[in-house]
Amino acid sequence: MFFRMVRGTFVRQWKKLLMIALTVALGASIATAMLNVMLDVGDKINEELKTYGSNITVIPQSEAVMNKLYDVENGETQDEFLNEDKLGELLTIFWANNITDFAPETDAQVLLDGNEVKVVGSWFAHHFEYEKKGTTYTRDTGLINLRSWWDIKDGQWMDESASDSDRYAMVGCQLADKNNISAGDSITLKGSRGEEVLTVSGIYESGDDEDEYIYTTLSAAQRLTGTQGLLKKIEVSAITSPEDELAVKAARDPSLLSGDEYDLWYCTAYVSSICFQIQEAIPEASATAVRQIADSEGKILEKTELLMTLITVLSLIGAALGISNLVTSGVMERSIELTLLKAVGAKNGQVTFLVLTEVMATAVVGTAVGYLMGYVFAQIIGETVFNSAIEMNGMAAFIVAVLILFVTLLGSIPAIRLLLRLKPSEVLHGGH
Amino acid sequence: MSLLELKNVSKIYGELNALDNVSLKIDKGEWLAIMGPSGSGKSTMMNIIGCLDKPSKGQVLFDGKDISKESRRKLTEFHRDKIGLVFQQFHLINYLNAVENVMVAQYYHSMPDEKEALEALERVGLKERAKHLPSQLSGGEQQRVCIARALINSPELILADEPTGNLDEANENIVLDIFKRLHKEGTSLIVVTHDPEVGEEAQRIVRLEHGHISSDIRNEKFSEG
Ligand SMILES: Nc1ncnc2c1ncn2[C@@H]1O[C@H](COP(=O)(O)OP(=O)(O)OP(=O)(O)O)[C@@H](O)[C@H]1O
Ligand SMILES: [Mg+2]
Repeated sequence: MFFRMVRGTFVRQWKKLLMIALTVALGASIATAMLNVMLDVGDKINEELKTYGSNITVIPQSEAVMNKLYDVENGETQDEFLNEDKLGELLTIFWANNITDFAPETDAQVLLDGNEVKVVGSWFAHHFEYEKKGTTYTRDTGLINLRSWWDIKDGQWMDESASDSDRYAMVGCQLADKNNISAGDSITLKGSRGEEVLTVSGIYESGDDEDEYIYTTLSAAQRLTGTQGLLKKIEVSAITSPEDELAVKAARDPSLLSGDEYDLWYCTAYVSSICFQIQEAIPEASATAVRQIADSEGKILEKTELLMTLITVLSLIGAALGISNLVTSGVMERSIELTLLKAVGAKNGQVTFLVLTEVMATAVVGTAVGYLMGYVFAQIIGETVFNSAIEMNGMAAFIVAVLILFVTLLGSIPAIRLLLRLKPSEVLHGGH
Repeated sequence: MSLLELKNVSKIYGELNALDNVSLKIDKGEWLAIMGPSGSGKSTMMNIIGCLDKPSKGQVLFDGKDISKESRRKLTEFHRDKIGLVFQQFHLINYLNAVENVMVAQYYHSMPDEKEALEALERVGLKERAKHLPSQLSGGEQQRVCIARALINSPELILADEPTGNLDEANENIVLDIFKRLHKEGTSLIVVTHDPEVGEEAQRIVRLEHGHISSDIRNEKFSEG
């Protein structure tokens, strides 16, 4: 009987119920999209962080000491080096698996058409192998990951797998503009110890000082300066655990930690413990965390989350208002019928239950549709903002369901109050 | 013992005394007609007797029990269990067919039972039209569905407000025949009507004027018989 009455409403008021379903779907879709993006965004930001370059720099220890003493910019005037042979030691540390990317660098001032320019030698898309005690460590890494934000204006990324890759370079867009260089051109670089004629494979835009640089392979740069087998710097990108008290304490001086604290710290992927382990593996190196990027990213993340929360709340308020309007007018339309139910013996609770069942059934359908729509929205946001798919979170589905339930009930309150006020005596008052 | 008793009942709407200090006793099994001009308070009285409304003043005793102070919820239960209502306008749910309309009253009373509902329709001569929607029924047929719905939970008292007001002669007679049968079976009936012919069928006629009872007479037809 109950079911027949509900069905009757669905048949008769299908337009209104469809509108309710749509309103719910809209609210649910936005909430779904935002929640999933928010829950997924922590990981995304980590990926972003990685794409925004290294979070650890490794430089020669002597140079680090000099920098501390004289407050000199990294690697500008120093002539200290790391040994290229030791590079592989990075992959032997406890947290090696957290090192997602790394690239060695050496730089030099050279002459291009009589003007002094900075050349940096590094890896682009490099296949690296390191053997130690019978174990082979391999990694495919390079600037293609560490400079993923580079916008290639002309030409393409350097292909390091080509046999003559050593004869190529990439030029920053401002330098290219100044010197009228485009992809495919040959440039001649005069270094302190040699001269290289390189073909420009691509022009990049980085948005910072690097737009004035030339990037080439590590070996080409080493030949220009006569520093074969030597490095000035290693950029490391690692996934790290958030800093906490222990990390702060350890950052001051690991030797101050108690035995247990030390073990815990060492076995946690804090940026400080990873740096510490790198220095253990390469004793002549000094590894330091690059912090500013992470901090500003964190703030942007906070603001983005705030914005998304706001959008979700507003859309849910909108949904509640819409639902309240629709349900109320639906109840008004059928006030005679509902009053009649009271007059044949239905209690207020029973009539309320009937109306709520109809609304809730509609809301469930709307939520399901909205969830699917939200999935699509989330993927669109993921693609456009983070360049990757958003993973749908079961927790988000649950939260959305609860929110929508709450919003639907909230939106139904005015209609229920109206319904409770319907008096069988008035509407049925003899023959009015 | 009287089935129902109104004791100094008033219903006040703002300035207007729709019912003004009315006292009335109705016996079990009695058939009472309430007559009077429009606006005299007939429907107001029905609402109070039918537990759809509470009096502003006074007491309503049903089987000797005062129900005027009960909560709305209790009143609903009471009216559901004891009273069957027939309205002047045939208030049926228009998307449910005849038998389903009867079953709604069962549903809110106890359990819907299609067989019983069909029997109720049979009693008002509508078994063949059980699957018709209200829009496919004539006015008289709709009114009979309402009566079947009022009967379904075997009420002690049937309240009918202008049950024949919108019906032609033939249908009026059908409805009256049903009432006569119910009366014979011992159901108490209170019928509001403008129609003297309908009033004539009752054992007792109460006249209302401006919320007062102006006359309360026994129908000679019955006292003789
Ligand atoms: N809810 C209400 N609010 C205010 N006044 C009301 C209300 N219901 C009824 N009245 C007034 O109370 C008086 C009695 O109304 P009631 O419906 O009982 O008359 P009635 O005798 O049934 O008339 P009719 O024969 O036209 O059905 C009327 O003047 C009516 O306007
Ligand atoms: Mg009336």
